[in-house]
Amino acid sequence: MTTDVEAIDAALQHRAERGRFPWWLVVMLAIIGWLGSLVFFDERFTDARTFILPGLVITIRATLFAFALAVVIGLVAGLGRISRFTPVRHLCITYVEFIRGVPILVLILMVAFVVIPPIFEAVGLANRLSFEMRAVLSLALIYGGYIAEVFRAGIESVPPGQAEAGRSLGLTQGKTMRYIVLPQAIRNVLPALGNDFISMLKDSSLLTLLGVGEITHKSRLYSGSSFKYPEAFLTITFLYLCMTLVLSLVVRAVSRRLDRG
Amino acid sequence: MEVKGLHKWFGKVHAVDGVNLRVNVGEVMIIVGPSGSGKSTVLRCMNHLEVPTSGAVYLDGVHLEDPKVEINAVRREVGMVFQQFNLFPHRTVLNNITLALIKVRGWSREEAESIAMEQLQRVGIPEQAHKKPAQLSGGQQQRVAIARSLAMNPKVMLFDEPTSALDPEMIKEVLDVMRALAASGMTMVVVSHEMGFAREVGSRLVMMDFGQIVEEGPVGEMFANPQHPRTQEFFSKIL
Repeated sequence: MTTDVEAIDAALQHRAERGRFPWWLVVMLAIIGWLGSLVFFDERFTDARTFILPGLVITIRATLFAFALAVVIGLVAGLGRISRFTPVRHLCITYVEFIRGVPILVLILMVAFVVIPPIFEAVGLANRLSFEMRAVLSLALIYGGYIAEVFRAGIESVPPGQAEAGRSLGLTQGKTMRYIVLPQAIRNVLPALGNDFISMLKDSSLLTLLGVGEITHKSRLYSGSSFKYPEAFLTITFLYLCMTLVLSLVVRAVSRRLDRG
Repeated sequence: MEVKGLHKWFGKVHAVDGVNLRVNVGEVMIIVGPSGSGKSTVLRCMNHLEVPTSGAVYLDGVHLEDPKVEINAVRREVGMVFQQFNLFPHRTVLNNITLALIKVRGWSREEAESIAMEQLQRVGIPEQAHKKPAQLSGGQQQRVAIARSLAMNPKVMLFDEPTSALDPEMIKEVLDVMRALAASGMTMVVVSHEMGFAREVGSRLVMMDFGQIVEEGPVGEMFANPQHPRTQEFFSKIL
């Protein structure tokens, strides 16, 4: 009888291990490998590659600047969203709901062409306003709204007893937030922020509308003039996949570490 | 410390229904009663974690609900120990204690750490100073929480069911710390069901039910000769 039990145990364990194995990752790597071999070793892709690749700098730079700005906006709006002061709270809720109610594509056009130019004009910087700046500011304002909700949820995930302990030691509300609640909240929201960074990297493709020369814009320019659609679009697919896969593996590793405590 | 005509409504629930209390210096007041009787709410009103619907709480004659009163200044003088410890999980034991000393009292890190170590000695776990709370047992965590409150040198310590979340074998180490604290003359208000502790350490016992004080008196008398039928019934069930 014991041998039967052992055999069953072994079979169960085998099945569990097979279920844990990241087959999806193998398939993804195979796809990326195939695309990569086309982009780098197929002669038909050489022109597309040399034309599009420099756009990567703009894609990455715009995403990094916009994300840093969005985190600041999101933190402020997220704190404002739970503020005791009614006007502040409602102002922040309005901002968040407005952003979430309009498609990102439309918001980019709106912010870049309607909202930002008069502001720059008013402060006398109209001639310094580049399209990349418009792109960064519009992405930042849009993601600020989404990240505000991430921070709000993170703050609310900290047990109320933590703030009570801080307040009962005589810390002010501001200091309780800064030294006790926020450090724990930020830790809780790191994975969500990482996912928003990935989303933003992908949404930077929408900046093609502003013609800032990021990779999607470059690929449309290339395909438009050469009619080589597969070369153009497989190349950027490859580039986006490489970046997002690496980032999503990082986010997974970070959240696993956080879960372990 | 004095509580006058305290009422607290949570929505339609009348949690505290006209409570008057007086805690004298050096006294250990024990509040008992069934769950939902409002005893924790009374305690939480004593450092303004709950805002009374009506009535007043005075500490040294200062009215806590007075909008001119700086509530953070009052809270510095009132220590609070929670059922769930509420240690800050992202900070070491030592930094749990030094935080308020540095950010509220404005002390230097060295001063704060020396006081913190002194308090950890007092609760008997100085060797745990550099661990994170999660690495400690429940009893040790609660002792750190007590040390954290004591470091602020409060005039009165409030305990909200300090041993209810602990495993039985850890209850004693926490009660021992509280016993020593009472012996040192600290004014304490304790919500607890530890009747042995109440009998030994308490000076006055308050029995609450349905948000009201049913009976109160010196601990000895209350145990020996409870007057109110509700108190008699309660004691017969838990003693």
